[in-house]
Amino acid sequence: MAKVTIDGIEVEVADGTTILNAARQIGGEVVPPAMCYYSSLKDTGGKCRVCLVKVTQGSAKDPRPMPKLVASCRTPVMDGMVVQNITSQEVLEARKGVVEFLLINHPLDCPICDQAGECDLQNLAYEHGAAKTRYEEDRRTFEKIDIGDKIKLHMTRCILCYRCTFVADQLTNERVHGVINRGDASEISTYIEKAVDNEFSGNMIDVCPVGALTDKTFRFKSRVWFTKPLDAHRNCDKCCGKVVLWTKGDDVLRVSARKDQYGEVKEYICNECRYDHKNMNDWTIEGPRHIDKHSVISQNHYEKIDMQKLKLDIERQIQFQKGKQLPETNQSPA
Amino acid sequence: MARLLEHINVPGINTFDVYRKHGGYKSVEKALKTMTPDEVTEEVKKSGLRGRGGAGFPAGMKWSFLDRKSDKPRYLVCNADESEPGTFKDRYLMEKIPHVLIEGMITSSYALGAKTSYIYVRGEYMYIIRILEKAIEEARANGFLGKNILGTDYSLELYVQPGGGAYICGEETALLESLEGKRGNPRLKPPFPAVAGLYASPTVVNNVETISAVCSIVNESGDEYAKIGVGKSTGTKLISASGHINKPGVYEIELGLPVEEFIYSDQYCGGIWKGRKLKAVVAGGSSVPILPAELILKTAKGEPRLMSYESLSDGGFATGTMLGSGGFIVMDETACIVRNLWTFTRFYHHESCGQCSPCREGTGWMEKVLHRIEHGHGHMEDIDLLVDVAKKIEGNTICPLGDAAAWPVASAIRHFREEFEYHVKYPEKVKNPKHFELEPFRSEKVLAGV
Amino acid sequence: MSEQIKPIQFSAETMDLVQRIIKRYPEGRQKSALLPILHIAQAEFDGWLSTPVMDYVASILSIKPIEVYEVASFYTMFNLEPVGKCLIEVCQTGPCWLRGADDIVEHFEKKLNIKVGETTADGMFTLKTVECLGSCGTAPMLQCGSDYYENLTTEKVDTLIEKLRSSNQRSTYMKSNMQEI
Repeated sequence: MAKVTIDGIEVEVADGTTILNAARQIGGEVVPPAMCYYSSLKDTGGKCRVCLVKVTQGSAKDPRPMPKLVASCRTPVMDGMVVQNITSQEVLEARKGVVEFLLINHPLDCPICDQAGECDLQNLAYEHGAAKTRYEEDRRTFEKIDIGDKIKLHMTRCILCYRCTFVADQLTNERVHGVINRGDASEISTYIEKAVDNEFSGNMIDVCPVGALTDKTFRFKSRVWFTKPLDAHRNCDKCCGKVVLWTKGDDVLRVSARKDQYGEVKEYICNECRYDHKNMNDWTIEGPRHIDKHSVISQNHYEKIDMQKLKLDIERQIQFQKGKQLPETNQSPA
Repeated sequence: MARLLEHINVPGINTFDVYRKHGGYKSVEKALKTMTPDEVTEEVKKSGLRGRGGAGFPAGMKWSFLDRKSDKPRYLVCNADESEPGTFKDRYLMEKIPHVLIEGMITSSYALGAKTSYIYVRGEYMYIIRILEKAIEEARANGFLGKNILGTDYSLELYVQPGGGAYICGEETALLESLEGKRGNPRLKPPFPAVAGLYASPTVVNNVETISAVCSIVNESGDEYAKIGVGKSTGTKLISASGHINKPGVYEIELGLPVEEFIYSDQYCGGIWKGRKLKAVVAGGSSVPILPAELILKTAKGEPRLMSYESLSDGGFATGTMLGSGGFIVMDETACIVRNLWTFTRFYHHESCGQCSPCREGTGWMEKVLHRIEHGHGHMEDIDLLVDVAKKIEGNTICPLGDAAAWPVASAIRHFREEFEYHVKYPEKVKNPKHFELEPFRSEKVLAGV
Repeated sequence: MSEQIKPIQFSAETMDLVQRIIKRYPEGRQKSALLPILHIAQAEFDGWLSTPVMDYVASILSIKPIEVYEVASFYTMFNLEPVGKCLIEVCQTGPCWLRGADDIVEHFEKKLNIKVGETTADGMFTLKTVECLGSCGTAPMLQCGSDYYENLTTEKVDTLIEKLRSSNQRSTYMKSNMQEI
C-alpha cells in the first residue's frame, strides 16, 4: 500500500495505482479530468495532457519534486508522494492551455452535434476554457465519412485520444481502422474505404469523448437532453446485455452501454443489443438512469431522490473522512 | 589521447585493413581479452563522457541503469537518426570512418552484455547504410563479429536498420517503436528503456559519436579521456558548423575552446563569410535558444564563452543556451531572425508525431502565426501570443520535441523582439523575402542613439 | 507500359533478401522488418506504395493491413501516390535557407515549369521541398534517390536536370548513382 496526498487530502491506495485513480478514490473536485485515459482499455492515456498534475514530493524515500508536470493517468503513486491538482496555479494554467489547444481546430459545431450535452470536451471547455479564441487561422477540416453502416466519423471533431483504436484492438480481433498520417494531419481512418464491421465495433461510439464517432441510427433524432435514459437489460449470449435505453415516450431512440461517473464503460455491449433491439418490449426495464445533477441531460428531470443512493453517498463521505478505500458509486443495481 | 577524426585524411581509412593498420579494433581486443564487462563500464564512467546526441546525459551512468538482473536479452541500439537541423557530424563520421562506430558498437555491446545490437540510421542516409553494412561484413570476415569473437566466449550480431523519414525517431523511445516496425510515437516514461526498451527488454540507446568515443576510452583509460576538456565537459566533441561562415564543416574540438576562436580561427569556421558581421548563433542544433553575437561570444558576466556544456548554458535561458548536439548555425547581419525562426518552427510542425495535444496543435499554431508575421500580416499581439503558446507547450508534452519547438520561439523573441515588431510595423519593407539582405536590420534604439 | 502490369510479387532474389531481413529480429518480432521492407517494396514497385503493395507487405509479415497503412503514412520517405521518375527533394530548413535554398527551389520551378509538389507533364520530375536532411555544412542541397547533391548553385541544378533526364532512370533510395555534378 502507498499513502499519497492529493490537494492536501491523504488516501491509501494499492501499489501501482496511478495518481488519477488514487484521486478517483478520494472523489470530488480533486479528480483530474481525462480525455484519453480509459480505465477499461489497456495502455490508454498520457496523450491528451489534460490530467497533468504537479508532484511536489516524489516519495517519502526521495522527496524531490518532479521537474515537470506529469500525466496523472499514467504516473504510478509512490508511498509518501504529494500531489497538487486544483491547488496548483501552474496545473490550472497548463490545463487551460491544453483545453485551448484541443479547441483551436475543433469546429465548435455543438449546435448540430449529437454529442452535445454528453460531450467531455464541452464539459472541459466549460470548466477550463477561455471565453474568447486567440486563434485566427483557418481550422483544420476533414470530410465526414461512414465507417460501416452504423457509425459516422466526423474527423474534424476528433481530439486523437486513440480510444477507438484500443477498442478495436482489445475488443475485436480484426482492427481495420487506426491513426494514419502524422502531426496535426493525423486522422482516424480505415485508409481505404472499408467498413468497421464486427460485433463490438459500436463501443467505439461510447468511448469517443467527443462527437467524432456517432451512432448513425440516432443521428439528429433528438437532443440528448430531451430523451429519458432508462437502465435496462436483456439476456444476451454475446455480451452482458446491460444497457441504457435513451427513450422518448415509448420509442427507443438509442441504446448505449452504461457509463460510470467518469464517463467510462466498464461492461461493453454487442452490436446486436445496440442496434437491433430498439423496442421497449425487448428489454427488462430497471428504472431511470441516474444522471449527474449538473448535467444538462438531467434538466427535464424525473428521477426521484434515490434514498439508497443518498445513504451510500453519505456513508462514502464518512468513510472518505476516515481515509478508507471507497466503493464504486453510481453503479446501477444489476 | 586519440581523436575521433585523427585519421580522417588517411586514404582508405573507410576500409577494414587501413583502419586496422591505424590502431583500429584494439579496444575490442583489449576489452574482450583482458577486461570484464563491468570494467569497461567503469572506464566509461570515469571518462565523464556525456551523451553526444544532445541531452548530454553521462553515458556511464546511463549504462549503469541497465537492468542486468532481468532474464530477458539486453540490447544496445545506436541512435544514428541524426535529424536535428544544423547537425551532420554523425553522417560525416559514418561516411568517412565507419569502422570506428562498428568497433565502438562491439566494445560497448560487450560491456552491456548485448548479443544482438542495432544501428538505427535515418532513412535518408541510405548510402551511409550501405557503407555501414559493408564495414560490418568486413568486421565479420575478420572475426570481429559473429560467433566467438576473437576466439572468446563473446558472440555478437550487429544489424543496420533504416528509418523512414521522421525527426521524432531521434527520441530514444520513438526510435525503439520505429525499430519495432511501428509509428514513431514516443513512449510514456517510466518505464525507461534501461528497464523496458526494445521488445520490452533492457536496452541502452546511445548516439553514434558517444559509442565511437568508447574506443579510445577503453584503449587509453577513462582517466586519460577525462584529462581533455574542462570541468564536467570532458573529451572532444564533433561540432557541425553551418550557415554564414567561410568554412562550414565538421570540426573535432576539445571541449572548452573559446567560441570566438571557433568562429574566427582559420582552423575552424574561418570567420563570417563575405566580410560581414556576426549577428546571431544557434549553438547546439535548432532546438537550443538562439543567442545574439554579444551573448554568444561573452557570457552576461563578461567572461569569454567556451564551447562546453557548462559555459554555453551559463546564465540559464535568460542569457545562455546549450551545447546540445553541437549543431553550430551562424547568422550574419543580413539574416532575418523571424524568417529563420519560421523555418525552424515549420520543421517542428512538420515533425511533430501528433500524439499529444500541446505539440500537435501548438507547433502548427506557432508556425502559422510566424508565417503571418514574416510575410507582413502580423499584429503586435501576435508576439506575446507566440511567447504564451510556447510557454504552454514547454514541459507539457510526452517527449522533448515540445520543448525543442518552444525554446527557439521564446529565445528569438527574448533577444530580438524589436525585429518582430519591425515586421509588424513595416509590412511593406518585409514583403521581399530577402528584406535584410537588401538592408541589414538596425535596431531603432541603436539608430536613435539610446 | 509494362511497368504498370507488373504483378505484385517480389522476385525470388528480393524475397530472399526480405527473408534474411526478417531473421534479424527475434522470433515473433517480424514486424520490425516493416520499414526496410517498405523501402524495398517502394523501390521494386515504381517508386510508391499502392494499397495492394502495402497489403502484400502485410501478408509477408503476417500483420494487419492497417498496421502497414499507419506506418507508411507516418514516415515521409514513403510515397502513397505515384511520383515522377526522379523525385527531387530540396532541403529548405534554416541552415539551407541561410545559404540560398529558396533560390534553388525557385530555379527548379522555373526550369521544370512546375510548382513544389507537382510533377512534370512527361512524368520525369516531381519537385518536393523537405525538412533538414543533415547536410547543413554543404548547403544548399537536395536529395534524389539515395544521392545527396550538395553546395548547389543554379548552374549545378541545370547540369543535374540534364544528367537525370538523359540517364532516364527511376530514382530510388535503395541504389546509389552518385556522380559528381
